[in-house]
Amino acid sequence: MAVEHPTLELRGITKRFGALVANDHIDLEVRAGEIHCLLGENGAGKSTLMNVLYGLYHAEEGEILLDGAPQRFAGPGDAMHAGIGMVHQHFMLIPVFTVAENVLLGHERALGGLAGAKQKVREISQRFGFHIDPDARIEDLPVGVQQRVEIIKALSQDAKVLVFDEPTAVLTPQETDELMAIMQQLRDEGTAIVFITHKLREVRAIADRITVIRLGKVVGEASPQSSSTELASMMVGRPVELTVHKRPPVLTDNRLEVTGLTVLDAIGQKVVNDVSFTVQGGEVLCVAGVQGNGQTELTEAILGLQPRATGSIDLNGNELLGDSVREVLDAGVGFVPEDRKVDGLVGDFTIAENLMLDRYRGAPFVSAGTIDRGARDEFATEKLGAFDIRAQGIDTHVGTLSGGNQQKVVLARELGRPLSLFVASQPTRGLDVGSIEFVHSQIIATRDAGIPVIVVSTELDEVVGLADRIAVMYRGGVVGIVPADTSRDILGLMMAGERPAGIPAPTPSKGAAA
Amino acid sequence: MTAQQPTTQAPAQAETVELERAVVKHWKAPISYAVLTLVALLLTVVLGRDGSATLRLASSGDLFQLPDAVLPARATGIVIVILLAALTALSFWAAATARRLGVWLPIVFGVLFVVAFLTWAGAGSMIPIAGLLFATVGLSVPLILGAMGGVLSERAGVVNIAIEAQLLGGAFTGAVVASATGSTLVGVVAAMLASVLVSMVLAVFAIRYFVEQVIVGVVLNVLVAGLTNFFYSSVLTDNPALNSPVRLPKIPIPLLESIPLIGPALFKQTIIVYAMYVIVPLIAWGLFKTTWGLRLRAIGEHPMAADTVGIKVNRLRFWNVALAGAVAGLGGAYFTLDSNGSFTREMTAGLGYIALAAVIFGQWHPIKATLAALLFGFASALQQTLGAIGSPVPSEFMLMLPYVITLLAVAGFIGRSRPPAASGKPYVKQ
Repeated sequence: MAVEHPTLELRGITKRFGALVANDHIDLEVRAGEIHCLLGENGAGKSTLMNVLYGLYHAEEGEILLDGAPQRFAGPGDAMHAGIGMVHQHFMLIPVFTVAENVLLGHERALGGLAGAKQKVREISQRFGFHIDPDARIEDLPVGVQQRVEIIKALSQDAKVLVFDEPTAVLTPQETDELMAIMQQLRDEGTAIVFITHKLREVRAIADRITVIRLGKVVGEASPQSSSTELASMMVGRPVELTVHKRPPVLTDNRLEVTGLTVLDAIGQKVVNDVSFTVQGGEVLCVAGVQGNGQTELTEAILGLQPRATGSIDLNGNELLGDSVREVLDAGVGFVPEDRKVDGLVGDFTIAENLMLDRYRGAPFVSAGTIDRGARDEFATEKLGAFDIRAQGIDTHVGTLSGGNQQKVVLARELGRPLSLFVASQPTRGLDVGSIEFVHSQIIATRDAGIPVIVVSTELDEVVGLADRIAVMYRGGVVGIVPADTSRDILGLMMAGERPAGIPAPTPSKGAAA
Repeated sequence: MTAQQPTTQAPAQAETVELERAVVKHWKAPISYAVLTLVALLLTVVLGRDGSATLRLASSGDLFQLPDAVLPARATGIVIVILLAALTALSFWAAATARRLGVWLPIVFGVLFVVAFLTWAGAGSMIPIAGLLFATVGLSVPLILGAMGGVLSERAGVVNIAIEAQLLGGAFTGAVVASATGSTLVGVVAAMLASVLVSMVLAVFAIRYFVEQVIVGVVLNVLVAGLTNFFYSSVLTDNPALNSPVRLPKIPIPLLESIPLIGPALFKQTIIVYAMYVIVPLIAWGLFKTTWGLRLRAIGEHPMAADTVGIKVNRLRFWNVALAGAVAGLGGAYFTLDSNGSFTREMTAGLGYIALAAVIFGQWHPIKATLAALLFGFASALQQTLGAIGSPVPSEFMLMLPYVITLLAVAGFIGRSRPPAASGKPYVKQ
């Protein structure tokens, strides 16, 4: 070759959704044998760009070049044939199929049937030391292993460009390390890798080059040696405070005491298994762990949403277990659910309506069975300002708001009444940095008001930043409850179910809670 | 944070995530058995009838003649009630100790219960078992073919409530085309094409225009019923020549047809029934062993995943729904070109819905759905047979029997069956 072309080159990619410009003339170059990080906030347009690259979206402008040759992708099939592989953020695996069937799908002839697919899975597994059984069903595999199946799927098509779209969101710190080792091995074998993320730590650990995008535009390239603060301010567009500022906790008499809480799912599995802990007013207990280890069910049980729960949930001497959700809310429990669009808000309702969603009975908003619009609108107007909700007015439908503003509506509602316990599940998932800072400051303000606070998060940075104490969950049980200054390595081990020496075992049920 | 070599990691076994399980006791099954045992007790002992039921196992033309089984009603009833009570006790014990019993229990229980019921209802008269089986197969054919249409369509991700319309449209078109052309086989093909047409309307609205699929299906059922009623009263009644197709001949298979008891029921049938014998295993094999089946199931479970490996989801859905229509259309042809010989108003009489119940009860699996359809067919045949010999049960009640069984079956098992994940959800691309 006379001129050495980059393996992949994007030129002037523009993608619009209606009036919104998701990608605005984006240029990107990736060479064989390098890991190119695409760094940007949630909603910056990273995934849109990669979906354009993968043929899932069609760009209005711009071109895609592979080894210098322009490409036209009508669909993902074309992109794959051209040598682009993708490890999707939401795995593109069919849960009821086996590993081999998932690899086979779409390439039945090329792989030579199921036997060929199994052979391919074994081959690639061996190359990377994966230990994956080609006949295992996807839904029976842990997420970390599922991700490896995604990688195998891409490699089985001899991809020369491999895109990892937010691959670490579902992994433990140890699994993240393993993934990075795999990515390095792939790079050393000559694959061009695009690594999409918003996690600064990972970028700095592994990137050869970094391109930062903000609001659909390339802001510039950064060096892997840049500090986290530099990268963050580039990503957000202003200086960012990465640490959460909080004073030492001042404990109050408010007290939540959970003892021997067990929750069964429909088929009798203990999704929460004999969990005991206490939270006092004025402190934040963070529940850490990889997603799907019982955190969701734990918070739902506190709110009275889980029908098969046993044990005790005692809030200031008042037994909540067995109470209806209405009674739990009346006891002063504020709750931020993990999926705000599904459980937190009604998208087709206005901001004002959403703000009174759990206070539809009686004062201050309802009298004699009718809504007092004056009181409601006054309350909504006040909260709109207090919580910095960026919307045209209180009559805006919440479904049209950005994720950050939606979450502020949820917070405004839950914090807008007198509380004796605040439970927030994944409060910053999918939010931009500005909103994250706001949510964190509200959580700390609630704590400082002397209310017991439980925060569930799968983001270790968030856990470490907010927590006064950390409870790590694994497969329904609490592995241990440790101080906030516990090292990441130990937390990582605990998230994988190990209890390092020196960490006290959680209090057994029926015993006195510490 | 530095990345380590993968070889130094703890091996990531492809292990199964198992949570600790609590002992969950399921009392639904034993209680159902207890209720049925009480019913049997009530029938055979309290309301017991004297005399003997003669179960005729032989039919003319058998290779060798099985003797009649003469069962004294009361004694048989008592023996069976004791056995049923034992099985119920076993089931209670299993539930109390959270053990699982095999599928043999409900099957044995069901057969015993049916025998008890037959001897009670047939006391003092003769029940032709061979005839009962023949009627079972006959009544099951459209159910099975309709259910296959449902399985194919739903596995591909399109809810098929329109089986009823496919059967009825097929029945009507089959009758008219076979009468007009004088060729029954042309009628069969026309029936399938008409049914494909109904399917395509469903597919276009469901896949192209994202209309709620249950509503399209129900509307199609009403539409086809209305259309066929209109043509029946405005055209067919004045031109009976258009509604008198030559029926398909019964083709006995030598040797097999003279197997006692099941021979005539299974092997003295028309080409449609023989085609069904081929279609059901073919679909089962195709779904789980071929590329076509892999892709079909993929688009019904996770269409986006299928799309990302280059499968044209909506095109594939469309053609598979059309194929489902062809299979159901064969079931429609059965009404007018095999069992009945002419078209009558709304002659499918809701069987399409029963076929849909068979799909669900059969957990979207072709073989299981066929067995479910056979169960429903047996219930209908039982009702007919008992009606003919004059059973002590009011005939209105017997008419309910197939539907009661359907309801119990679907209610009892639906909690455990899992539909294709994307069934009923249109795949929308940006």
